[in-house]
Amino acid sequence: MNENSRAFVRTELAPVEPPPFVTDNALARLGRGLFASPLNVFMTFMSGGIIALILPPAVRFLFLDATWEGSSRDECLPNAGACWPFIYAKIGQYIYGFYPVAERWRPNAVFALGALLLVPLLIPAAPWKRMNSLLFFGIYPVISFVLLTGGNLELHAFLLGRFIDWPAIAGSGLVFGLRWDFWSDFVASAVIITLAASAIGAVFGAELRSLLHAMLGLFLSLAAVLLASDPDFGLRSVETRLWGGFLITMVVAVTGIVVSLPLGILLALGRRSRLPVVRLFSIIFIEFWRGVPVITVLFFATYMLPLFLPRGLHFDTLLRALVGVALFSAAYMAEVVRGGLQAIPRGQYEAANALGLGYWRTMSLVILPQALALVVPGIVNNFIGLFKDTTLVLIVAIFDLLGQLRASFSDPNWSTPVTALTGFAFAGMIYFTFCFAMSRYALFVERRVSAPGRG
Amino acid sequence: MAEIVDRPLLGRIGSFFADPRVRGIAIQFALLAGVISLGWLFYANARQNLAVQNTATGFGFFWETAGFGLSQSLIPYVESASYGRAFLVGLLNTLLVSALGIIFATIIGFAVGIARLSSNVLLARLAGAYVEALRNLPVLFQILFWYLAVLGAMPSASASKPFLGAIYFTNRGVLLPQFTFEPGGATVFGALAAAILLSVTLGIRAGRRRARTGIRMPWRRYAVLLIFGLPAVAFIATGSPVSLELPELRGFNFVGGTRVTPEFLALLFALSTYTAAFIAEIVRAGFLAVPRGQTEAAVSLGLRRRATLRLVVTPQAMRLIVPPLTSQYLNLTKNSSLAAAIGYPDFFYVFAGTTLNQTGQAIEIIAVTMAVYLTISLLTAAFMNWYNRAVALKGS
Repeated sequence: MNENSRAFVRTELAPVEPPPFVTDNALARLGRGLFASPLNVFMTFMSGGIIALILPPAVRFLFLDATWEGSSRDECLPNAGACWPFIYAKIGQYIYGFYPVAERWRPNAVFALGALLLVPLLIPAAPWKRMNSLLFFGIYPVISFVLLTGGNLELHAFLLGRFIDWPAIAGSGLVFGLRWDFWSDFVASAVIITLAASAIGAVFGAELRSLLHAMLGLFLSLAAVLLASDPDFGLRSVETRLWGGFLITMVVAVTGIVVSLPLGILLALGRRSRLPVVRLFSIIFIEFWRGVPVITVLFFATYMLPLFLPRGLHFDTLLRALVGVALFSAAYMAEVVRGGLQAIPRGQYEAANALGLGYWRTMSLVILPQALALVVPGIVNNFIGLFKDTTLVLIVAIFDLLGQLRASFSDPNWSTPVTALTGFAFAGMIYFTFCFAMSRYALFVERRVSAPGRG
Repeated sequence: MAEIVDRPLLGRIGSFFADPRVRGIAIQFALLAGVISLGWLFYANARQNLAVQNTATGFGFFWETAGFGLSQSLIPYVESASYGRAFLVGLLNTLLVSALGIIFATIIGFAVGIARLSSNVLLARLAGAYVEALRNLPVLFQILFWYLAVLGAMPSASASKPFLGAIYFTNRGVLLPQFTFEPGGATVFGALAAAILLSVTLGIRAGRRRARTGIRMPWRRYAVLLIFGLPAVAFIATGSPVSLELPELRGFNFVGGTRVTPEFLALLFALSTYTAAFIAEIVRAGFLAVPRGQTEAAVSLGLRRRATLRLVVTPQAMRLIVPPLTSQYLNLTKNSSLAAAIGYPDFFYVFAGTTLNQTGQAIEIIAVTMAVYLTISLLTAAFMNWYNRAVALKGS
């Protein structure tokens, strides 16, 4: 066949067409999103106007017009921007309050240890979760307490010593650096209580072995806590009224979360209990503390609670506020945990019953592990709220970060028109960073929990 | 292999208590006994402590002279008035700031929440930034920010410039024009009230008629005419008894007009904008939860965009929005007690602050404070539950 005889066969390439008008790249989408209709154009200009109104002045204030170096208000007065030397001068006060400068390594150690224990706890893939949470929720608060206050409680009487003249019976003195009067009292009280509990347990038909285990665990952990806080480690005692700033913020927030989680779980279980009295008391407790403003709870703990306690039982101001924080955070936590409990299908309860598990085993081995995993985002969100609510302690005259900030404004050496705004910009960045990071974390866990292929 | 063993007494009692019902009753009695003895212990301690401190007890202080001034009051109040009167002033101030805060927070919250859903990227992002910034800063921080950094930085009275001709922003508050009444002024307001009442009746009747017969009545036009026309007629007929009094700078201070305190403004502004961020998230979630098919079905029925939104999407979204909205309103009311930090004379500041300081009766005062907030919470919750039932799906 002769190819040339086929006249209609093309021998050269057709001319290249210009590429079609692209309508679906990022730029085109953006254009459609911003200028699709007259209303849309109006909204674009309005939003642009708002951004132009806020962003350039903010950048000018924070960076361009700001004063970066100086030692007093004189350097800041000529500039319209932020007075950053004011922050350098006050940063110690913002972080530690009036904690003695020579002892500031102690709060630093507490911060570092906290971060070291918390970070692996938050990473789902990190191993040894049980060990890690035991360290964070059990050991860390004790170590922090000893480090921050200096320990050395000088304990003299446990339980018996409060009712009878125990040292006259048992004697006193130091044995291995421990106070004999206290520790002999502790051991005697522990034995008496354990015996009494066993007797009651026997009547109720409880398993004696598990009862003894529980009592032993209780007193051993109590002994460990007291053993750590009683001796004199040679740390200088630092009163809590010297604490302040971010240190207080963290102490209040961490106490809140550490106390509220176990209490909240108990309250949530109580609220879903079959026993009407238990349910009623749980509901009253939860709804009461949730129904009143947080600062009335702090006022209650600061001014009213001391009147209900025996005379002579002296309570530290910070401790009182911490009691208040524990009360309301437990109530809020209970509602979060209840949400998780309600999400567990009935079949799980029934299966546990069918296996012959009792109430506490059903809850601790079957229900709670699933329920708590579901509500981790809720717990983190609750913690964000708690972190923000720590600022309220300034109303009962405890100077957290916000309290120190406000106090620092009245320093005449740094009195400039921009002092307050500078301070708020700095503290705002700290609060925002923490809360934003936590809310992102909650979102991350939420996506993980609800990811397909799980549950 | 089973053999019947005569079990010892302890074992028999044990099996009696092994019955879950018996055990449950025993546990409940133990709890009840524990709570009652704790209450009794508290009571006994309190009695002893109060006797030693020599503090008065009871609620007699309500009738004693307060002796302190209050910077804002909706009802007449003088320093020689009783604590009971101060209590009332504080309560009204709390209700005022909460009610206004709820209105503003709802408006801002709905606007921002809907803006976040906008197809306009810039607007949606801007609304998102608003939510993230406001939600992640403590509300007390924001109150102090507005109070100290913004309103505290306003110029002094003599240096302030008028805004819109008659509004002055100073470091001691905002000065606004004020209505002054001459005799006959009540008639104008009566006319306004009557016009509003008439319009509402008209609207309801028009709605009923439309549901019955399908005939529309342009009642909105009549309503606008009534609300503007009736007071205007009354105004002219009674010889213009209402006039606007402008604030005027005399020396270092203002004369005339009305002053809104910076404490009130800071509290109102911070509470509304903060709560609005949460409301915006609720609104967004509510609208996102309405399935797309609902919109598509409405469009295929030939409803226009506005009608789709108004008749199909919004009613369904509202069902999801109302319950969490209630708790935001409650939060706003409870957060209004933070007024104590800046000295706005709300209920908490007047009662749990100043009155507690002066009388020292911590138990009575804190108990009453908590009771008042609980009552407000319960009333708000009851109202919102009623509204929720009204918008809920009927018959389910």
